[in-house]
Amino acid sequence: MKTAPESARSRDVKNRWLLSLPALAIIFVAALGPLLVMVLYSFLEKGDYGDVKFGIFSLEGWTSVFMQRDIFDDTWGIADAHLAIFWRSIKLSLYTTILTLILGFPTAYFIATRPARTREVWVFLITIPFWTNLLIRTFAMQQVIRNEGILNNLLIWLGIIDTPLQIIYTDTATLLGMTYVYLPLMVLPLYASIEKLDFRLVEAGYDLYANRLQVLRRIVIPLVKPGLIAGSILVFIPSLGAYVIPRVLGGGKNLMLGNLIELQFGAGRNWPLGAAMSITLMALVMIALLFYVRNAARSGVRHG
Amino acid sequence: MAERRFDIRSQPGFGMIALFTFFALYLPIATLVAYAFNANDSLSTWGGFSLRWFASALDNDAVQAAAMRSIIIALWAAALATVAATMAALATTRTEPYRGLTAKYAVINQPLMIPEIVTAVALLIVFSRIKVWTGYSGLGYLILAHTAFCIPFAYLPIRARLESMDLTLERAAADLYATPWQAFRFVTLPLLRPAIIAGFMLAFVISLDDVVITEFVKSGGQDTLPTYMLGQIRRETTPEINAIATIFLAASTVLIVIFFFINRRKPQA
Repeated sequence: MKTAPESARSRDVKNRWLLSLPALAIIFVAALGPLLVMVLYSFLEKGDYGDVKFGIFSLEGWTSVFMQRDIFDDTWGIADAHLAIFWRSIKLSLYTTILTLILGFPTAYFIATRPARTREVWVFLITIPFWTNLLIRTFAMQQVIRNEGILNNLLIWLGIIDTPLQIIYTDTATLLGMTYVYLPLMVLPLYASIEKLDFRLVEAGYDLYANRLQVLRRIVIPLVKPGLIAGSILVFIPSLGAYVIPRVLGGGKNLMLGNLIELQFGAGRNWPLGAAMSITLMALVMIALLFYVRNAARSGVRHG
Repeated sequence: MAERRFDIRSQPGFGMIALFTFFALYLPIATLVAYAFNANDSLSTWGGFSLRWFASALDNDAVQAAAMRSIIIALWAAALATVAATMAALATTRTEPYRGLTAKYAVINQPLMIPEIVTAVALLIVFSRIKVWTGYSGLGYLILAHTAFCIPFAYLPIRARLESMDLTLERAAADLYATPWQAFRFVTLPLLRPAIIAGFMLAFVISLDDVVITEFVKSGGQDTLPTYMLGQIRRETTPEINAIATIFLAASTVLIVIFFFINRRKPQA
Protein backbone atom coordinates (compact mmCIF):
# COMPACT_ATOMS: atom_id res chain seq x y z
CA MET A 1 0.00 0.00 0.00
CA LYS A 2 1.26 3.50 -0.82
CA THR A 3 -1.25 5.75 0.89
CA ALA A 4 -0.14 5.34 4.52
CA PRO A 5 3.54 6.32 4.13
CA GLU A 6 2.54 9.15 1.81
CA SER A 7 0.04 10.63 4.25
CA ALA A 8 2.40 10.20 7.22
CA ARG A 9 5.12 12.02 5.31
CA SER A 10 2.90 14.91 4.25
CA ARG A 11 1.49 15.23 7.76
CA ASP A 12 5.06 15.46 9.08
CA VAL A 13 5.92 18.20 6.59
CA LYS A 14 2.75 20.08 7.47
CA ASN A 15 3.59 19.86 11.18
CA ARG A 16 7.04 21.23 10.49
CA TRP A 17 5.52 24.17 8.66
CA LEU A 18 3.24 24.83 11.63
CA LEU A 19 6.21 24.66 13.98
CA SER A 20 8.07 27.19 11.82
CA LEU A 21 5.18 29.61 11.65
CA PRO A 22 5.88 31.77 14.76
CA ALA A 23 9.50 32.47 13.83
CA LEU A 24 8.66 33.11 10.18
CA ALA A 25 5.70 35.33 11.09
CA ILE A 26 7.67 37.46 13.54
CA ILE A 27 10.55 37.89 11.13
CA PHE A 28 8.19 38.78 8.31
CA VAL A 29 6.27 41.34 10.37
CA ALA A 30 9.32 42.95 11.96
CA ALA A 31 12.02 42.49 9.33
CA LEU A 32 11.07 41.31 5.83
CA GLY A 33 7.71 43.05 5.60
CA PRO A 34 9.06 46.49 6.51
CA LEU A 35 11.81 46.03 3.91
CA LEU A 36 9.16 45.55 1.23
CA VAL A 37 7.31 48.64 2.43
CA MET A 38 10.56 50.56 2.28
CA VAL A 39 10.99 49.57 -1.37
CA LEU A 40 7.52 50.97 -2.02
CA TYR A 41 8.37 54.23 -0.23
CA SER A 42 11.44 54.73 -2.38
CA PHE A 43 9.13 55.17 -5.40
CA LEU A 44 6.79 57.72 -3.82
CA GLU A 45 6.97 61.48 -3.72
CA LYS A 46 8.54 63.26 -0.79
CA GLY A 47 6.09 64.72 1.73
CA ASP A 48 6.35 68.34 2.82
CA TYR A 49 7.40 67.48 6.38
CA GLY A 50 9.13 64.17 5.84
CA ASP A 51 7.12 61.00 5.21
CA VAL A 52 5.63 60.58 1.73
CA LYS A 53 2.64 61.53 -0.37
CA PHE A 54 0.73 58.33 -1.04
CA GLY A 55 -0.56 57.60 -4.49
CA ILE A 56 2.03 59.74 -6.27
CA PHE A 57 4.65 57.71 -8.10
CA SER A 58 8.05 59.33 -8.38
CA LEU A 59 11.60 58.39 -9.32
CA GLU A 60 13.09 61.39 -7.58
CA GLY A 61 14.10 59.30 -4.57
CA TRP A 62 16.23 57.08 -6.76
CA THR A 63 17.51 59.88 -8.97
CA SER A 64 18.64 61.79 -5.89
CA VAL A 65 20.91 58.98 -4.71
CA PHE A 66 23.66 60.24 -7.00
CA MET A 67 22.12 63.35 -8.61
CA GLN A 68 20.85 66.60 -7.20
CA ARG A 69 18.77 69.43 -8.54
CA ASP A 70 20.49 72.79 -8.73
CA ILE A 71 18.43 75.21 -6.68
CA PHE A 72 19.11 78.12 -9.04
CA ASP A 73 18.54 76.84 -12.55
CA ASP A 74 16.66 73.62 -11.75
CA THR A 75 19.09 71.42 -13.72
CA TRP A 76 20.43 68.09 -12.50
CA GLY A 77 24.06 67.61 -11.52
CA ILE A 78 26.18 65.03 -9.74
CA ALA A 79 25.60 64.89 -5.99
CA ASP A 80 29.23 65.25 -4.99
CA ALA A 81 28.54 64.92 -1.27
CA HIS A 82 26.69 61.62 -1.71
CA LEU A 83 29.43 60.19 -3.92
CA ALA A 84 32.08 61.23 -1.42
CA ILE A 85 30.18 59.51 1.37
CA PHE A 86 29.70 56.33 -0.67
CA TRP A 87 33.38 56.30 -1.50
CA ARG A 88 34.40 56.98 2.10
CA SER A 89 32.23 54.09 3.29
CA ILE A 90 33.64 51.60 0.82
CA LYS A 91 37.21 52.80 1.33
CA LEU A 92 37.05 52.69 5.13
CA SER A 93 35.36 49.28 5.03
CA LEU A 94 38.14 47.89 2.83
CA TYR A 95 40.82 49.42 5.05
CA THR A 96 39.12 47.97 8.13
CA THR A 97 39.06 44.54 6.52
CA ILE A 98 42.76 44.77 5.65
CA LEU A 99 43.80 45.99 9.09
CA THR A 100 41.78 43.34 10.92
CA LEU A 101 43.35 40.74 8.63
CA ILE A 102 46.88 41.95 9.37
CA LEU A 103 46.24 41.87 13.12
CA GLY A 104 43.78 38.99 13.13
CA PHE A 105 45.68 36.34 11.20
CA PRO A 106 48.76 36.22 13.47
CA THR A 107 46.47 36.35 16.49
CA ALA A 108 44.32 33.48 15.27
CA TYR A 109 47.42 31.48 14.33
CA PHE A 110 48.92 32.12 17.76
CA ILE A 111 45.75 30.96 19.53
CA ALA A 112 45.35 27.88 17.36
CA THR A 113 48.90 26.74 18.12
CA ARG A 114 48.66 27.04 21.91
CA PRO A 115 48.48 23.85 23.97
CA ALA A 116 44.91 22.59 24.29
CA ARG A 117 44.50 23.62 27.91
CA THR A 118 45.53 27.27 27.54
CA ARG A 119 43.89 27.61 24.13
CA GLU A 120 40.45 27.79 25.72
CA VAL A 121 41.56 30.74 27.81
CA TRP A 122 42.81 32.61 24.75
CA VAL A 123 39.60 31.91 22.84
CA PHE A 124 37.66 33.16 25.82
CA LEU A 125 39.78 36.33 25.90
CA ILE A 126 38.97 37.05 22.25
CA THR A 127 35.29 36.28 22.72
CA ILE A 128 34.62 38.62 25.63
CA PRO A 129 35.33 41.73 23.51
CA PHE A 130 33.15 40.23 20.79
CA TRP A 131 30.17 40.16 23.15
CA THR A 132 30.87 43.50 24.77
CA ASN A 133 28.36 46.17 23.79
CA LEU A 134 29.40 47.89 20.55
CA LEU A 135 28.54 51.35 21.89
CA ILE A 136 30.60 50.85 25.02
CA ARG A 137 33.59 49.72 23.01
CA THR A 138 33.19 52.72 20.71
CA PHE A 139 32.96 55.04 23.71
CA ALA A 140 36.06 53.38 25.19
CA MET A 141 37.98 53.97 21.96
CA GLN A 142 36.80 57.58 21.96
CA GLN A 143 38.37 58.11 25.36
CA VAL A 144 41.67 56.66 24.19
CA ILE A 145 42.07 58.81 21.08
CA ARG A 146 40.56 62.10 22.28
CA ASN A 147 42.79 65.17 22.39
CA GLU A 148 42.96 64.74 26.17
CA GLY A 149 42.83 60.95 25.95
CA ILE A 150 45.29 58.39 27.20
CA LEU A 151 47.13 58.10 23.87
CA ASN A 152 47.89 61.80 23.55
CA ASN A 153 48.66 62.10 27.24
CA LEU A 154 51.15 59.26 26.96
CA LEU A 155 52.84 60.66 23.86
CA ILE A 156 53.14 64.11 25.43
CA TRP A 157 54.45 62.64 28.65
CA LEU A 158 57.09 60.71 26.70
CA GLY A 159 58.05 63.92 24.92
CA ILE A 160 57.29 62.53 21.48
CA ILE A 161 54.81 65.32 20.69
CA ASP A 162 54.19 68.82 22.08
CA THR A 163 50.56 69.27 21.10
CA PRO A 164 47.86 66.56 20.94
CA LEU A 165 47.37 64.67 17.69
CA GLN A 166 43.99 65.44 16.20
CA ILE A 167 42.69 61.88 15.75
CA ILE A 168 39.15 62.18 17.06
CA TYR A 169 36.52 63.28 14.51
CA THR A 170 38.55 62.17 11.50
CA ASP A 171 38.33 59.27 9.06
CA THR A 172 41.27 57.77 10.95
CA ALA A 173 39.20 57.74 14.13
CA THR A 174 36.40 55.90 12.35
CA LEU A 175 38.91 53.43 10.90
CA LEU A 176 40.49 52.76 14.30
CA GLY A 177 37.08 52.37 15.89
CA MET A 178 35.85 49.91 13.29
CA THR A 179 39.09 47.92 13.37
CA TYR A 180 38.86 47.75 17.15
CA VAL A 181 35.19 46.77 17.22
CA TYR A 182 35.24 44.24 14.36
CA LEU A 183 38.60 42.56 15.02
CA PRO A 184 37.05 39.60 16.90
CA LEU A 185 34.86 38.94 13.86
CA MET A 186 38.04 38.33 11.85
CA VAL A 187 39.88 36.32 14.49
CA LEU A 188 37.16 33.78 15.31
CA PRO A 189 36.56 32.33 11.80
CA LEU A 190 40.30 32.37 11.12
CA TYR A 191 40.91 30.50 14.35
CA ALA A 192 38.27 27.92 13.42
CA SER A 193 39.99 27.44 10.07
CA ILE A 194 43.57 27.27 11.36
CA GLU A 195 42.60 24.87 14.14
CA LYS A 196 41.70 22.31 11.47
CA LEU A 197 45.05 22.71 9.71
CA ASP A 198 46.97 19.47 9.39
CA PHE A 199 50.48 20.43 10.53
CA ARG A 200 51.93 17.31 8.95
CA LEU A 201 51.64 19.22 5.68
CA VAL A 202 53.68 22.02 7.22
CA GLU A 203 56.27 19.50 8.38
CA ALA A 204 56.41 18.04 4.88
CA GLY A 205 57.06 21.52 3.52
CA TYR A 206 59.99 22.04 5.86
CA ASP A 207 61.34 18.57 5.01
CA LEU A 208 61.48 19.71 1.39
CA TYR A 209 63.66 22.70 2.38
CA ALA A 210 60.96 25.37 2.28
CA ASN A 211 61.62 28.37 4.50
CA ARG A 212 59.03 29.86 6.84
CA LEU A 213 57.76 32.40 4.37
CA GLN A 214 57.30 29.77 1.68
CA VAL A 215 55.46 27.46 4.08
CA LEU A 216 53.17 30.31 5.05
CA ARG A 217 52.48 31.42 1.50
CA ARG A 218 52.25 28.05 -0.23
CA ILE A 219 50.74 25.79 2.45
CA VAL A 220 49.14 27.60 5.37
CA ILE A 221 47.36 30.44 3.60
CA PRO A 222 45.80 28.33 0.81
CA LEU A 223 44.52 25.83 3.37
CA VAL A 224 42.91 28.46 5.58
CA LYS A 225 41.42 30.41 2.68
CA PRO A 226 37.80 29.63 3.73
CA GLY A 227 38.48 31.27 7.09
CA LEU A 228 40.08 34.28 5.41
CA ILE A 229 37.05 34.76 3.20
CA ALA A 230 34.55 34.25 6.02
CA GLY A 231 36.39 36.67 8.29
CA SER A 232 36.70 39.29 5.56
CA ILE A 233 32.99 39.20 4.83
CA LEU A 234 32.08 39.31 8.51
CA VAL A 235 34.15 42.49 8.87
CA PHE A 236 33.36 44.21 5.57
CA ILE A 237 29.57 43.94 5.76
CA PRO A 238 28.97 45.56 9.17
CA SER A 239 31.66 48.13 8.37
CA LEU A 240 29.78 49.17 5.25
CA GLY A 241 26.59 49.77 7.22
CA ALA A 242 28.24 51.20 10.33
CA TYR A 243 26.23 53.92 12.04
CA VAL A 244 27.26 54.23 15.69
CA ILE A 245 31.03 54.22 15.20
CA PRO A 246 31.18 57.03 12.61
CA ARG A 247 28.61 58.96 14.62
CA VAL A 248 30.59 58.79 17.86
CA LEU A 249 34.14 58.88 16.48
CA GLY A 250 33.80 60.49 13.06
CA GLY A 251 31.91 63.57 14.15
CA GLY A 252 29.25 65.41 12.20
CA LYS A 253 31.25 65.94 9.01
CA ASN A 254 32.74 62.52 8.29
CA LEU A 255 29.54 60.67 7.46
CA MET A 256 29.29 57.10 6.30
CA LEU A 257 26.38 55.49 4.48
CA GLY A 258 24.53 54.66 7.67
CA ASN A 259 24.68 58.26 8.85
CA LEU A 260 23.64 59.60 5.46
CA ILE A 261 20.59 57.32 5.49
CA GLU A 262 19.64 58.40 9.00
CA LEU A 263 20.01 62.03 7.94
CA GLN A 264 17.22 61.64 5.37
CA PHE A 265 14.78 60.55 8.06
CA GLY A 266 15.86 63.32 10.41
CA ALA A 267 16.92 66.78 9.34
CA GLY A 268 16.90 65.91 5.64
CA ARG A 269 13.18 65.02 5.67
CA ASN A 270 13.50 63.02 2.47
CA TRP A 271 12.11 59.56 3.14
CA PRO A 272 12.05 58.34 -0.48
CA LEU A 273 15.74 59.20 -0.82
CA GLY A 274 16.53 57.56 2.51
CA ALA A 275 14.66 54.45 1.44
CA ALA A 276 16.48 54.35 -1.91
CA MET A 277 19.83 54.72 -0.17
CA SER A 278 18.98 51.92 2.25
CA ILE A 279 18.20 49.63 -0.65
CA THR A 280 21.46 50.65 -2.33
CA LEU A 281 23.37 49.73 0.83
CA MET A 282 21.51 46.44 1.03
CA ALA A 283 22.40 45.76 -2.62
CA LEU A 284 26.09 46.38 -1.90
CA VAL A 285 25.88 43.90 0.96
CA MET A 286 24.14 41.31 -1.21
CA ILE A 287 26.91 41.67 -3.81
CA ALA A 288 29.52 41.06 -1.11
CA LEU A 289 27.57 38.03 0.12
CA LEU A 290 27.30 36.62 -3.39
CA PHE A 291 31.06 36.95 -3.71
CA TYR A 292 31.44 35.09 -0.43
CA VAL A 293 29.03 32.29 -1.35
CA ARG A 294 30.71 31.76 -4.71
CA ASN A 295 34.20 31.63 -3.20
CA ALA A 296 33.08 29.42 -0.34
CA ALA A 297 31.64 26.94 -2.83
CA ARG A 298 34.84 27.00 -4.87
CA SER A 299 36.97 26.46 -1.76
CA GLY A 300 34.75 23.56 -0.79
CA VAL A 301 35.32 21.92 -4.15
CA ARG A 302 39.07 22.32 -3.83
CA HIS A 303 39.23 20.75 -0.39
CA GLY A 304 36.97 17.92 -1.48
CA MET B 1 66.53 11.94 11.54
CA ALA B 2 68.21 15.20 12.50
CA GLU B 3 66.73 17.06 15.44
CA ARG B 4 64.61 19.93 14.15
CA ARG B 5 66.05 23.27 15.22
CA PHE B 6 62.74 25.10 15.48
CA ASP B 7 59.07 24.57 16.21
CA ILE B 8 57.36 23.91 12.88
CA ARG B 9 54.13 25.38 14.18
CA SER B 10 55.52 28.80 14.98
CA GLN B 11 55.88 31.78 12.68
CA PRO B 12 58.20 34.69 13.50
CA GLY B 13 56.51 37.76 14.89
CA PHE B 14 53.08 36.18 15.18
CA GLY B 15 53.27 35.87 18.95
CA MET B 16 54.17 39.53 19.38
CA ILE B 17 51.39 40.68 17.07
CA ALA B 18 48.91 38.47 18.89
CA LEU B 19 49.88 39.85 22.29
CA PHE B 20 49.69 43.41 20.95
CA THR B 21 46.22 42.61 19.60
CA PHE B 22 45.00 41.37 22.96
CA PHE B 23 46.53 44.41 24.64
CA ALA B 24 44.84 46.73 22.14
CA LEU B 25 41.51 44.95 22.60
CA TYR B 26 41.52 45.38 26.36
CA LEU B 27 43.26 48.74 26.89
CA PRO B 28 40.32 50.98 25.91
CA ILE B 29 37.91 48.98 28.07
CA ALA B 30 40.35 49.02 30.98
CA THR B 31 40.74 52.78 30.62
CA LEU B 32 36.98 53.28 30.55
CA VAL B 33 36.51 51.18 33.68
CA ALA B 34 39.41 52.87 35.50
CA TYR B 35 38.04 56.36 34.94
CA ALA B 36 34.66 55.25 36.28
CA PHE B 37 36.43 55.30 39.66
CA ASN B 38 37.90 58.78 39.12
CA ALA B 39 37.28 61.26 41.92
CA ASN B 40 37.65 64.13 39.44
CA ASP B 41 34.89 65.64 37.31
CA SER B 42 37.13 65.26 34.31
CA LEU B 43 37.69 62.38 31.93
CA SER B 44 41.28 63.47 31.39
CA THR B 45 42.89 63.94 34.78
CA TRP B 46 43.06 61.28 37.44
CA GLY B 47 41.90 62.71 40.74
CA GLY B 48 42.08 59.71 43.02
CA PHE B 49 39.80 56.80 43.74
CA SER B 50 36.10 57.35 44.31
CA LEU B 51 32.75 55.65 43.95
CA ARG B 52 30.87 58.89 43.51
CA TRP B 53 30.01 58.31 39.86
CA PHE B 54 28.44 54.95 40.60
CA ALA B 55 26.33 56.58 43.29
CA SER B 56 25.42 59.34 40.85
CA ALA B 57 24.46 56.85 38.13
CA LEU B 58 22.37 54.66 40.41
CA ASP B 59 20.62 57.73 41.80
CA ASN B 60 19.79 59.09 38.33
CA ASP B 61 16.07 58.71 37.56
CA ALA B 62 16.62 58.63 33.80
CA VAL B 63 19.22 55.88 34.18
CA GLN B 64 16.93 53.82 36.40
CA ALA B 65 14.04 54.12 33.97
CA ALA B 66 16.25 53.29 30.99
CA ALA B 67 17.72 50.25 32.74
CA MET B 68 14.27 48.96 33.69
CA ARG B 69 13.04 49.45 30.14
CA SER B 70 16.08 47.62 28.76
CA ILE B 71 15.49 44.64 31.01
CA ILE B 72 11.76 44.45 30.29
CA ILE B 73 12.28 44.57 26.54
CA ALA B 74 15.15 42.08 26.65
CA LEU B 75 13.23 39.59 28.80
CA TRP B 76 10.18 39.67 26.54
CA ALA B 77 12.20 39.59 23.32
CA ALA B 78 14.44 36.76 24.54
CA ALA B 79 11.50 34.68 25.76
CA LEU B 80 9.48 35.09 22.56
CA ALA B 81 12.53 34.60 20.35
CA THR B 82 13.57 31.45 22.21
CA VAL B 83 10.13 29.85 21.94
CA ALA B 84 9.89 30.70 18.24
CA ALA B 85 13.48 29.54 17.65
CA THR B 86 12.94 26.24 19.46
CA MET B 87 9.88 25.49 17.36
CA ALA B 88 11.72 26.49 14.20
CA ALA B 89 14.73 24.35 15.13
CA LEU B 90 12.49 21.33 15.70
CA ALA B 91 10.94 21.98 12.29
CA THR B 92 14.21 22.24 10.41
CA THR B 93 16.42 19.52 11.91
CA ARG B 94 16.57 15.73 11.86
CA THR B 95 14.43 15.52 8.74
CA GLU B 96 14.82 14.66 5.10
CA PRO B 97 14.82 17.77 2.91
CA TYR B 98 11.34 18.97 2.02
CA ARG B 99 10.08 21.80 -0.14
CA GLY B 100 10.64 25.15 1.55
CA LEU B 101 13.34 23.97 3.98
CA THR B 102 16.03 26.09 2.37
CA ALA B 103 13.72 29.09 2.27
CA LYS B 104 13.08 28.68 5.98
CA TYR B 105 16.80 28.73 6.70
CA ALA B 106 17.14 31.88 4.62
CA VAL B 107 14.23 33.65 6.31
CA ILE B 108 15.28 32.67 9.83
CA ASN B 109 18.82 33.94 9.26
CA GLN B 110 17.78 36.98 7.26
CA PRO B 111 18.02 39.40 10.24
CA LEU B 112 21.72 38.52 10.40
CA MET B 113 22.32 39.38 6.76
CA ILE B 114 20.67 42.78 6.42
CA PRO B 115 22.65 45.76 7.72
CA GLU B 116 21.11 46.90 10.97
CA ILE B 117 20.66 50.48 9.75
CA VAL B 118 18.52 49.21 6.86
CA THR B 119 16.24 47.21 9.14
CA ALA B 120 16.05 50.14 11.54
CA VAL B 121 14.98 52.52 8.78
CA ALA B 122 12.41 50.08 7.40
CA LEU B 123 10.93 49.63 10.87
CA LEU B 124 10.85 53.40 11.39
CA ILE B 125 8.79 53.76 8.22
CA VAL B 126 6.28 51.05 9.07
CA PHE B 127 5.95 51.62 12.80
CA SER B 128 5.58 55.39 12.50
CA ARG B 129 2.66 54.78 10.15
CA ILE B 130 1.11 52.22 12.52
CA LYS B 131 1.56 54.54 15.49
CA VAL B 132 -0.46 57.19 13.65
CA TRP B 133 -3.19 54.70 12.69
CA THR B 134 -3.62 53.02 16.05
CA GLY B 135 -2.54 55.68 18.52
CA TYR B 136 -0.58 53.00 20.38
CA SER B 137 3.01 53.98 21.09
CA GLY B 138 4.03 51.57 23.84
CA LEU B 139 6.97 49.22 24.17
CA GLY B 140 5.30 46.61 21.97
CA TYR B 141 7.06 47.87 18.85
CA LEU B 142 10.46 47.59 20.50
CA ILE B 143 9.70 44.13 21.84
CA LEU B 144 8.56 42.95 18.41
CA ALA B 145 11.56 44.46 16.64
CA HIS B 146 13.99 42.97 19.16
CA THR B 147 12.31 39.56 18.99
CA ALA B 148 12.81 39.46 15.23
CA PHE B 149 16.56 40.03 15.29
CA CYS B 150 17.04 37.80 18.36
CA ILE B 151 15.49 34.73 16.72
CA PRO B 152 18.60 33.81 14.67
CA PHE B 153 20.79 34.05 17.77
CA ALA B 154 18.51 31.83 19.83
CA TYR B 155 18.16 29.43 16.89
CA LEU B 156 21.90 28.71 16.53
CA PRO B 157 22.66 26.86 19.81
CA ILE B 158 19.29 25.08 19.84
CA ARG B 159 19.66 23.81 16.30
CA ALA B 160 23.27 22.76 16.94
CA ARG B 161 22.15 20.76 19.97
CA LEU B 162 19.33 19.08 18.05
CA GLU B 163 21.70 18.12 15.26
CA SER B 164 23.82 16.24 17.79
CA MET B 165 20.81 14.32 19.16
CA ASP B 166 19.66 11.37 17.09
CA LEU B 167 16.11 10.10 17.08
CA THR B 168 16.74 6.86 18.94
CA LEU B 169 15.28 8.01 22.24
CA GLU B 170 12.19 9.51 20.63
CA ARG B 171 11.62 6.29 18.72
CA ALA B 172 11.99 4.30 21.93
CA ALA B 173 9.41 6.54 23.57
CA ALA B 174 7.04 6.06 20.63
CA ASP B 175 7.53 2.29 20.86
CA LEU B 176 6.39 2.54 24.47
CA TYR B 177 3.13 4.17 23.33
CA ALA B 178 4.09 7.78 24.16
CA THR B 179 2.25 10.38 22.11
CA PRO B 180 4.40 12.81 20.11
CA TRP B 181 3.67 15.48 22.71
CA GLN B 182 4.68 13.18 25.56
CA ALA B 183 7.87 12.21 23.74
CA PHE B 184 8.72 15.88 23.29
CA ARG B 185 7.91 16.84 26.86
CA PHE B 186 9.62 13.97 28.64
CA VAL B 187 12.45 13.11 26.26
CA THR B 188 13.35 15.90 23.84
CA LEU B 189 12.75 18.92 26.03
CA PRO B 190 14.88 17.83 29.02
CA LEU B 191 17.77 17.00 26.71
CA LEU B 192 17.31 20.32 24.95
CA ARG B 193 17.10 22.43 28.10
CA PRO B 194 20.77 23.57 28.27
CA ALA B 195 20.62 24.70 24.63
CA ILE B 196 17.34 26.52 25.20
CA ILE B 197 18.81 28.32 28.19
CA ALA B 198 21.88 29.19 26.13
CA GLY B 199 19.70 30.49 23.30
CA PHE B 200 17.67 32.58 25.74
CA MET B 201 20.77 34.14 27.29
CA LEU B 202 22.28 34.89 23.92
CA ALA B 203 19.05 36.54 22.78
CA PHE B 204 18.84 38.47 26.05
CA VAL B 205 22.34 39.93 25.68
CA ILE B 206 21.78 40.75 22.01
CA SER B 207 18.56 42.59 22.83
CA LEU B 208 20.10 44.37 25.81
CA ASP B 209 22.99 45.58 23.64
CA ASP B 210 21.01 46.87 20.70
CA VAL B 211 21.28 50.59 20.03
CA VAL B 212 20.61 51.21 16.32
CA ILE B 213 17.20 49.58 15.91
CA THR B 214 16.07 50.88 19.29
CA GLU B 215 17.20 54.40 18.41
CA PHE B 216 14.98 54.39 15.30
CA VAL B 217 11.95 52.51 16.64
CA LYS B 218 11.52 54.06 20.08
CA SER B 219 8.90 56.70 20.73
CA GLY B 220 9.65 59.80 22.76
CA GLY B 221 10.76 59.07 26.31
CA GLN B 222 11.53 55.40 25.62
CA ASP B 223 15.30 55.36 26.01
CA THR B 224 16.96 52.08 26.81
CA LEU B 225 20.31 52.08 28.54
CA PRO B 226 22.31 51.95 25.27
CA THR B 227 20.28 54.72 23.61
CA TYR B 228 20.51 56.80 26.78
CA MET B 229 24.29 56.39 26.69
CA LEU B 230 24.40 57.26 22.98
CA GLY B 231 22.52 60.47 23.70
CA GLN B 232 24.82 61.38 26.60
CA ILE B 233 28.01 60.68 24.66
CA ARG B 234 27.09 63.33 22.13
CA ARG B 235 26.98 65.96 24.87
CA GLU B 236 29.61 66.84 27.41
CA THR B 237 30.46 63.61 29.17
CA THR B 238 31.26 63.01 32.81
CA PRO B 239 32.59 59.81 34.33
CA GLU B 240 28.98 58.94 35.16
CA ILE B 241 28.78 57.47 31.65
CA ASN B 242 31.86 55.42 32.49
CA ALA B 243 30.13 54.15 35.61
CA ILE B 244 26.98 53.21 33.70
CA ALA B 245 29.08 51.51 31.04
CA THR B 246 31.06 49.63 33.69
CA ILE B 247 27.90 48.29 35.34
CA PHE B 248 26.50 47.33 31.94
CA LEU B 249 29.79 45.67 31.06
CA ALA B 250 29.86 43.67 34.28
CA ALA B 251 26.30 42.44 33.77
CA SER B 252 26.91 41.43 30.14
CA THR B 253 30.16 39.68 30.97
CA VAL B 254 28.55 37.68 33.77
CA LEU B 255 25.79 36.56 31.40
CA ILE B 256 28.27 35.55 28.71
CA VAL B 257 30.43 33.64 31.18
CA ILE B 258 27.38 31.71 32.36
CA PHE B 259 26.50 31.05 28.71
CA PHE B 260 29.97 29.59 28.16
CA PHE B 261 29.71 27.27 31.13
CA ILE B 262 26.31 26.02 30.01
CA ASN B 263 27.71 25.33 26.57
CA ARG B 264 30.77 23.59 27.94
CA ARG B 265 28.84 20.86 29.74
CA LYS B 266 29.13 17.42 28.20
CA PRO B 267 26.14 16.37 26.11
CA GLN B 268 23.97 14.01 28.10
CA ALA B 269 22.58 11.89 25.28
